[in-house]
Amino acid sequence: MSIEVLDPGPLSTLQDLGRPGWAHLGVARAGALDRGAAALARRLVGGAIDDAVVETTLGGIVLRTRRAVTLAVTGAPCEVHADGHGLGTGTPVTVPADTVVTVGPARTGVRSYVAFAGGIDVAPVLGSRSTDTLAWVGPSRLAAGQVLIIGAAGQWPEPPAAVVVRRREPVLRLRPGPRIDWLAPGAWAALDRATYAVAPDSDRIGLRLDGPPVERRAGELPSEGMVLGAVQLPPSGQPVVFLADHPPTGGYPVVAVVEDADLDLCAQLRPGDQVVLRTA
Amino acid sequence: MGAVRVVRVSERACLVELGDAVAAASLAGWARSLGMAADDIVPAASTVLFDGIDPSDVEAALRRWTPDATAQPGAVVRVPVTYDGPDLEQVAAHWRCTVDDVIVLHASTEFTAVFCGFAPGFSYLAGLPTDRTVPRLATPRRRVAPGSVALADGWCGIYPTASPGGWLVIGTTDAPLWDAERETPALLPPGTRVRFEATQ
Repeated sequence: MSIEVLDPGPLSTLQDLGRPGWAHLGVARAGALDRGAAALARRLVGGAIDDAVVETTLGGIVLRTRRAVTLAVTGAPCEVHADGHGLGTGTPVTVPADTVVTVGPARTGVRSYVAFAGGIDVAPVLGSRSTDTLAWVGPSRLAAGQVLIIGAAGQWPEPPAAVVVRRREPVLRLRPGPRIDWLAPGAWAALDRATYAVAPDSDRIGLRLDGPPVERRAGELPSEGMVLGAVQLPPSGQPVVFLADHPPTGGYPVVAVVEDADLDLCAQLRPGDQVVLRTA
Repeated sequence: MGAVRVVRVSERACLVELGDAVAAASLAGWARSLGMAADDIVPAASTVLFDGIDPSDVEAALRRWTPDATAQPGAVVRVPVTYDGPDLEQVAAHWRCTVDDVIVLHASTEFTAVFCGFAPGFSYLAGLPTDRTVPRLATPRRRVAPGSVALADGWCGIYPTASPGGWLVIGTTDAPLWDAERETPALLPPGTRVRFEATQ
């Protein structure tokens, strides 16, 4: 018994590398939405590549340690305090027992990640400790009063002495998708340098974009397998970028696929943020 | 071999278009039994998605596949059902028969789970005669009870959990469609043959 959740914030879940391989049974892959930030947090505490971390959403999380733990916070910039004393982010910190650790609301971006040296010991479901918010396969979302067991920190290589996280430009690079032929003539070219706003109902399932309707042919497509980063185009013409908890199959045409390297950015875009699409 | 088209999705994924769900299930089963090195092999209504593999490796493998080269036929699972669904009369109207006829036809059909999707444990079951289709509800229900046995187009499906849905509900079952603790978490994975049995 190592860490008690005092306040989970709006949505905190455990995430690791996800559970690819079950899509044929209707199970979303899940996993940390900002993979780079989660991986960095793990590295900072000398964690194993498949350790689970806590993913917070906008509002942070408040925890109380029951024993000393080493942790690191990455992802959306936020203030972190231990019993009122400011702690740095992007760096490993050892916190004594019986200390209240407050990971504050995201100042910018959406999701912060908290990794613990020794990992989080919770029973994996279908091989992963990730929670998918589509069908809630995996450990339950974190709740007040819940206690997390942190493993024993091993003898891992020293974490980096300094971390530089470059600011990403809000640009999503698109590659032609399998159903690009559903686009009206000129619609693909019109996407290049088009600006869209992130819609309020964006979540771990998909980043929904509001902006100039993308013109497509009418009709329906029989459901087919979907990939991470797929850009689905419903009849409304408002694109949706599929993220980690996307349904494994879908019936709207995938006209583009977001470059994999740009998916971590999607995890940190807030409702109202503007994003520019590039097809070139 | 019939028209089989490979559509590139990304550098590491492609869709194989086959034209119907049974061929898709057959290809997916064959690819899986071959141990193809993809992260996911996802059969659907008329395609198979190969995700996490070079599309040219998929094309190479396809040259060795014919629709006859299938995996073993799946096990038969018997699903108990109480035929008391709210949409039985609507189905009977579409099929121009009585409610009893609907029940008899459904319970005497051997279905095959062709693909999954929409929720863990939800399988699209094929097997109804091609002239026995039904449309979805014009307005989906906000909540379909878990275990609802339902029809849409030519498919039969069972809702594993409560969810919104537009399929026509003909009955309910308490068969556990999904159990993550089970060795085979889905009760009706692709390839499974299904027979419904009316309970009293």
